[in-house]
Amino acid sequence: MEALISSIQPFAPYVLLLPFLMFIFLGLTSFRISGKTAGIIGTAGFSIVAIICYYIAIQYFFNGGEVDGVYQPITLFNLEWLRISDTLVISIGFYLDPISAMMLIVISTVSLMVHIYSFGYMFEHGHYDEGMQRYYAVLSLFSFAMLGLVLGTNIFQTYIFWELVGVSSFLLIGYYYTKPAAVSACKKAFIVTRFADMFFLIGILILSYYTQTFDFNTLNADNAALVHEKMSDIMLCGLPLTSVAMFLIFLGGAGKSAMFPFHIWLPDAMEGPTPSSALIHAATMVVAGVYLVARLFPIYSFEAPNVLDTIAYIGAFTALFSAVIACAQTDIKRVLAFSTISQIAYMMVALGVARIGEGEASLGYTASMWHLFTHAMFKAMLFLCCGCIIHCVESNEMSKMGGLWKYMKLTCICFAIGCLAIAGIPPFSGFFSKGEILSACFENGYTAIYICMTFVAGLTAFYMFRLFYHIFFYEDPDYGQHKPHDQDWKMSLPLIVFAVYTCICGFFKFGDLVTADLSAIEIHTNWTVEGISLTVAAIGIAIATVFYYKKNNIPATIMSKCSGFCHAASRRFYIDEVWYYITRSIIFKIICNAIAWFDRHIIDGFMNLLGWITNEVSDDTKDVQDGNVQSYAWIFIMGVIIITALTLYL
Amino acid sequence: MSMPLECYLVVSTLLFFIGVYGFIVRKSLISILMSIELILNAVNINFVAFNRFLYPDQLEGFIYSLFVIVIAAAETAVAISIIINVYRAKKNIDVKSINQLKN
Repeated sequence: MEALISSIQPFAPYVLLLPFLMFIFLGLTSFRISGKTAGIIGTAGFSIVAIICYYIAIQYFFNGGEVDGVYQPITLFNLEWLRISDTLVISIGFYLDPISAMMLIVISTVSLMVHIYSFGYMFEHGHYDEGMQRYYAVLSLFSFAMLGLVLGTNIFQTYIFWELVGVSSFLLIGYYYTKPAAVSACKKAFIVTRFADMFFLIGILILSYYTQTFDFNTLNADNAALVHEKMSDIMLCGLPLTSVAMFLIFLGGAGKSAMFPFHIWLPDAMEGPTPSSALIHAATMVVAGVYLVARLFPIYSFEAPNVLDTIAYIGAFTALFSAVIACAQTDIKRVLAFSTISQIAYMMVALGVARIGEGEASLGYTASMWHLFTHAMFKAMLFLCCGCIIHCVESNEMSKMGGLWKYMKLTCICFAIGCLAIAGIPPFSGFFSKGEILSACFENGYTAIYICMTFVAGLTAFYMFRLFYHIFFYEDPDYGQHKPHDQDWKMSLPLIVFAVYTCICGFFKFGDLVTADLSAIEIHTNWTVEGISLTVAAIGIAIATVFYYKKNNIPATIMSKCSGFCHAASRRFYIDEVWYYITRSIIFKIICNAIAWFDRHIIDGFMNLLGWITNEVSDDTKDVQDGNVQSYAWIFIMGVIIITALTLYL
Repeated sequence: MSMPLECYLVVSTLLFFIGVYGFIVRKSLISILMSIELILNAVNINFVAFNRFLYPDQLEGFIYSLFVIVIAAAETAVAISIIINVYRAKKNIDVKSINQLKN
């Protein structure tokens, strides 16, 4: 243990420091450097970070992190920042345990690949994009914030970095700030996630007020004994206070992880550059909510199991809902966005059905983290493939694509691997992680959720292969002079790396590494569940093949049969409109108008009244000061006489 | 040693209030100046009388009254010159007419 700490401690600060300095250097110093140099600096800096992250994670997992079969959480450093009371301390630190080590791998891999890929993506029409320096600066900021979030030693550090990833997401979505759609999308993302973060903050405040600590170690210690002692017998409006606090914290996570009904920002976030979508809105930031629930899992499991049930049901509904919408979208990035929502919902469901305990109870936790890992890799790959395609075709619309197999062999193969993985076809990684999630639902007795999720697995296979066939087969549109082609090594290398990850990481022994109680569990495949999900996925793929491999009119016929439903799905079931209605007609019109009236008339009126009174009184009394010495003398004498009389006769 | 202290005090009080009355009521600057002199002299009488009756072996009261007389003379000189300047400027010495600094 000491050997492990001494071997990784010297490197730990650089994980946070380097990306931060990169951001300062690229983003806040005033001198402008050429796009190419900025990219090289950013990428070189982040590759060092990535090497350190890999080194730390591998050392932790395979070289001493495990003592007597249990992975020990390590705090590598913890700088005190703000001391509120003796125990309530906000500090910035480095907390290493299996899930944060796993997140180090995910973040560093995806971020480094995106750094490299962006080189190619931002090079268009023979020159680098003008905002290249800004782009790399914000990428560095994002990497810094995301690493800080997962390495947080206390919930407040996580919250601070949580907001920072929100800001960098805002900046990257609004990267093309001359496009009105991008501007409104970035505002929407920021406002929706901030709105959810409000609940998160309230949750933190409740939790820390009663337990008097922010520290994860203290909160989670001894099966959340502290929370049990301080909060278990307090009720709030008939609900246990712990459940309320933990549900509020989950709502913050639901905002970032785009759970229903906070999912509306994620599809619009696709207005940003595709590599940043791959990094932020597919692989890392959107799983922050899942990570948060996993981080506080002992509290959820022991003190608020009813909240976990709620999470499971919300997750199942979100998964189904967004999978249905994904089937009806025509913008390729939007399809992937909805599939991301659906897959994150899988992770939430897995956490929701899991408990810390004997046997299969904690399987869901491992499955969730495993799916987080595999999903990050294959979804980033799918997004980067989309980036290659958009780079060539210069459109996001499916109708502008088709038949690309002839031109882009490498992209097509990688995309196919990604689709197979997300559909849950062996031997690709998604099969294993998704299978474990379904087994966890099934074996913990959540049969309704299990059936729902299996159906969603079929839908996933269907919409992914619909996308795949639409892009690479279907019908050849007229590409004109510029035939699409595979991209150079900067854009191909990340695809290959992710493809390799997708092929091999299903075979990792994840149950040995990441578990709810930190000691290894045995993952055995439930062949019934796997068989059913495989069959459903195969049916989904088969239907997609029949519908979309070649242009035919079967889909059109079916869609005309239930045109109302299809139309509603393509308009995302009008959830955006509902939100607009709530904000515009209810919040703005009724509440805000009333508040504005109160402000104008009562608050301002009171202030005006004070001013008016002062004005009138001084107007009436100003004649006293007439500048005439004799009247002053008169008043003075009268005063003296009165005071004298009072002193004499009282 | 025939007259008691009260007689002096009555005279000085009368003088003082006549002075105050004149200061407040009269319009002419000269009259106001004269009223101020009356007030000062009422104080002088008090000084001298108290000194004479309370501390006959000391001289502070007399010396103070001499000071007051000297200062009153100087003050009158200054005031008269101001009044003359006011008269030159306004052709009258009515106290109400000196209001250039107003507004």
